[in-house]
Amino acid sequence: MENSKTAERKMAMANIISDETIEYVGILAKLALSPEEKEQAKKDMGSMLDYIDKLDELDTEGVEPMSHVFPVKNVFREDVVTNGDMREDILKNAPGEKDGMFVVPRTFE
Amino acid sequence: MAKQYETVIGLEVHVELATKTKIFCGCSTAFGGEPNTHTCPVCTGMPGSLPVLNKQVLEYAVAVGLATNCQISRYCKFDRKNYFYPDNPQNYQISQLYLPICRNGKVEIETENGKKFIGIHEIHMEEDAGKLIHDEWEDCSLVDYNRSGVPLIEIVSEPDMRSAEEVIAYLEKLRMLIQYLGASDCKLQEGSMRADVNLSVREVGAEEFGTRTEMKNLNSFRAIARAIEGERERQIDLLEEGKKVVQETRRWDDGKGESYAMRSKEDAQDYRYFPDPDLVPIVLDDAFLEKVRAQQPEFREEKMRRYQEEFDIPAYDIEIITGSKHMADIFEATVALGSQPKKVSNWLMGETLRLLKENGQDPEDIRFSPEHLAKLISLVDSKAINGSVAKEVFEQMFAKDVDPEKYVEEKGLKTVNDEGALRKTVEEVIANNPQSVEDYQNGKEKAIGFLVGQTMKAMKGKADPGMVNQLLRELLTK
Amino acid sequence: MELLDMTAVSLAAAIRKKEVTAVEATEAVLSQIEKSEDKYHCYVTVDREGALAKAREIQKKIEAGFEGPLAGVPVAIKDNLCTEGLPTTCSSKILENFVPTFSAQAVLNLQNAGAVILGKTNMDEFAMGSTTETSAFGVTRNPWNPEHVPGGSSGGSAAAVAAKECFYALGSDTGGSIRQPASFCGVVGLKPTYGTVSRYGLVAYGSSLDQIGPLCKDVADCAAIMEIIASHDLKDSTSMKRDDTDFTKALKEDVKGMRIGLPRDYFGEGLDPEVKEAVLKAAEALRDRGALVEEFDLSLVEYAIPTYYTIAAAEASSNLERFDGIKYGYRTENYEGLHNMYKKSRSEGFGPEVKRRIMLGSFVLSSGYYDAYYLKALRVKALIKKAFDEAFAKYDVILGPVAPTTAPKLGESLSDPLKMYLGDIYTISINLAGLPGLSMPCGMDSKGLPIGLQLIGDCFQEKKLIRTAYTYEKARGVFGGKGEEIYGKAI
Repeated sequence: MENSKTAERKMAMANIISDETIEYVGILAKLALSPEEKEQAKKDMGSMLDYIDKLDELDTEGVEPMSHVFPVKNVFREDVVTNGDMREDILKNAPGEKDGMFVVPRTFE
Repeated sequence: MAKQYETVIGLEVHVELATKTKIFCGCSTAFGGEPNTHTCPVCTGMPGSLPVLNKQVLEYAVAVGLATNCQISRYCKFDRKNYFYPDNPQNYQISQLYLPICRNGKVEIETENGKKFIGIHEIHMEEDAGKLIHDEWEDCSLVDYNRSGVPLIEIVSEPDMRSAEEVIAYLEKLRMLIQYLGASDCKLQEGSMRADVNLSVREVGAEEFGTRTEMKNLNSFRAIARAIEGERERQIDLLEEGKKVVQETRRWDDGKGESYAMRSKEDAQDYRYFPDPDLVPIVLDDAFLEKVRAQQPEFREEKMRRYQEEFDIPAYDIEIITGSKHMADIFEATVALGSQPKKVSNWLMGETLRLLKENGQDPEDIRFSPEHLAKLISLVDSKAINGSVAKEVFEQMFAKDVDPEKYVEEKGLKTVNDEGALRKTVEEVIANNPQSVEDYQNGKEKAIGFLVGQTMKAMKGKADPGMVNQLLRELLTK
Repeated sequence: MELLDMTAVSLAAAIRKKEVTAVEATEAVLSQIEKSEDKYHCYVTVDREGALAKAREIQKKIEAGFEGPLAGVPVAIKDNLCTEGLPTTCSSKILENFVPTFSAQAVLNLQNAGAVILGKTNMDEFAMGSTTETSAFGVTRNPWNPEHVPGGSSGGSAAAVAAKECFYALGSDTGGSIRQPASFCGVVGLKPTYGTVSRYGLVAYGSSLDQIGPLCKDVADCAAIMEIIASHDLKDSTSMKRDDTDFTKALKEDVKGMRIGLPRDYFGEGLDPEVKEAVLKAAEALRDRGALVEEFDLSLVEYAIPTYYTIAAAEASSNLERFDGIKYGYRTENYEGLHNMYKKSRSEGFGPEVKRRIMLGSFVLSSGYYDAYYLKALRVKALIKKAFDEAFAKYDVILGPVAPTTAPKLGESLSDPLKMYLGDIYTISINLAGLPGLSMPCGMDSKGLPIGLQLIGDCFQEKKLIRTAYTYEKARGVFGGKGEEIYGKAI
């Protein structure tokens, strides 16, 4: 059953997934999509979000969002040094390495 | 008439906690290691690695919360703050947004305009980022993750400050509380305490706040004061020109005395916070809070009051000594070893401060032990060494924490109390300085000083000047 | 019995009894890999030399008195579990040359028990997919019919067990990624209760949903493997301390009085009639053995998929941010500046399905949408958990199909992602609620493809699943394959 609120949202959704949205999400996710990929992403994301809007059928008023499924709490470690020098391991897979550090494109203006 | 503006300032203060290990892994937080030698899969974001919270971080955060009169959250969580930058190995920082550990605190500050409370909006726990170093030769940057994952607390104030003086008083207050707790050494220059300034201006009497900017890269009180003044003027100029202040993050260049906007189009500033599924909630019970509360130290105000009652030392000395938890600890420990408070205070206020200043150091950098200071004082008390030898020994103690007894012994600096040996030297000095002897006998009192000096010189300083004086007078009036 | 047809438990017993050595078993399985790998492509990496060296080492230890229920048995590991010194690619170009410097805790647990690691199995890229077709290194084919997919995302692991290219395998399950390929390939798979197997060293997809589990030939193997891999790991904050991990104790042929519920919504529209028939027949078999079987209404079934895709995509978008071309993995060759390097490396390194989920996940967490999408999904998750709690107040086990159909043909699913997602309808809510779910073969369809039966337990109730599955397995009898290369035929 599709209520009117959901229908409204779906209408709204079509507007949300604009070229600008895809551009913006691309910046957030650090993905550069080709024009074809962008079109496809718009379509895919639009249809997924329409589908996700199905959740609006449910009244979740007063329901606590559940991030952990079990009530596990207070998992700690003691403040004791357990790691030695692992530099060689840490740098083993680096695409660029110099003087024991990772090489990245310049970050300073 | 020109409009009058009021500056409204809130602070975000990051403090590096003095834990032995990082917040989510067993890597050392020690300074000075070769790049990337204090790293592991967790703090370099290797695939498959998972974080586990260092309990000491929680205890320090709660201790700071209690010291700043915060409400401690009985239920708190970690969230991920997502943004791409090479110093952030996972490209998300584990922090707390939705349920921070402490909320709604306040601290009292005092400036020339009197006392005032500064509200604390929240304190949260988070991880520090790595370091980026620019490589001039190859026009690239290099990343060192030794600092990645070092625990931080961020103390977010309410926009309650109105001037640079208040900001500095607030920072001094926080620094004092946190140093007393032993939760951090809080050094601005070394980055273990960092303040970002949120500033806006509004016309005096206005109800609404103006648009604020956030200023970063402030690593001294002087830079903070200059940045506040600069930003206040910049915003007022904009408003006077009929322009708008843009909400943005700016970087202060203390060399140039100006700031510039840090925004780029790749900076969406949309951090997509969500609860970190790899970490479980923290639920604090009364027992935990009581334990942390019981461990709270005596803070500065209480200490000052107690010193006034217990020790016969000037109010000024009390203020200076309690201005550093480390110095106060040394003072109390030395007194506990039996030294007279006034004498301990004199060493701290005199020679210690002089040498700190000479070396450009803080009281936190004092390295000598209370045991050695107590020994030095007792060497002087027993007249085993004289004042000038004591100063010389103290310098060695200050630099290398040498044992004064051993040092005096090894260097043969003990005062010669053997009257026979001293008498012999005095007689020689009298014989060698007939002019001075004559002057003295003709009533020139000053000449005795010269003869004392000559004797001390001949004794290589190892004599008690009082005794020399007495002997000289005795032999010369014969 | 042919060596390669042995279960892991029986092979271990034979090694103990000196009827065969770990080296012989490893050689046999390596030659099987050589023979059929071209056809099925179950593996991304086969570590021939490493496996043989390890087999020799273990054999010596066994001869010196080392004991372990699966000592000397060769195993395949899904390629999203870190293995020290052995490439771990997640079937992604972005990790093509990545060699971990540590092993996942589950892998260490196996190694400590004397396992011989053969190599790393193919999967959907970063476990995102239901067919193993999103792998950057080519598809895996279903050994029952190479025109069909093996399922996914642990398709390589499931196919390797079915094709006798290993004696058992590890997989991971975020929304059905162990149970569904097990079903499609006619093998047994278990997704344990969340927190039972340490996630340390599992390359995360949806951290709150991911669990490692076994894919194997029968229920006894499943229990034995679980005993080894389950552990309380201080490196994983979500790891649970359990004192009931003696799973093999549950290998009992007894379901008398066991309350088994069949959710009506799991047998409705969209379910292939042949699958329905086979699953209901399995329920009947259990009823015949004394179980109390009845239908019931498990609410909210249709909301599990949108809830899952919101949560999993959100977590994935964050988990996969670390792949940026700086510390490890693929970096694009030509770039201008930092952000261009990020974008190009990631766009070239990730495949379309991964990008699709990263985009969706980034969007649902973005400013203005977090409440409407992400928090909403977490609220529905709470309702779904509650629905299961209510069901388990009445039933010991929930029984249903694993997937609406048997294995689809290669290329059929990827064209419509939403349709592919709908195939996860029976498996996905189990991950949302953190529950254990077991998949085992219960018949064949007219195309000769295996049909899977799913048993779902309340949290920490793996033993009930194992007991029910073991009883059904005995009732069902030998699960026969058609092709000679498939496990089951020779028994």
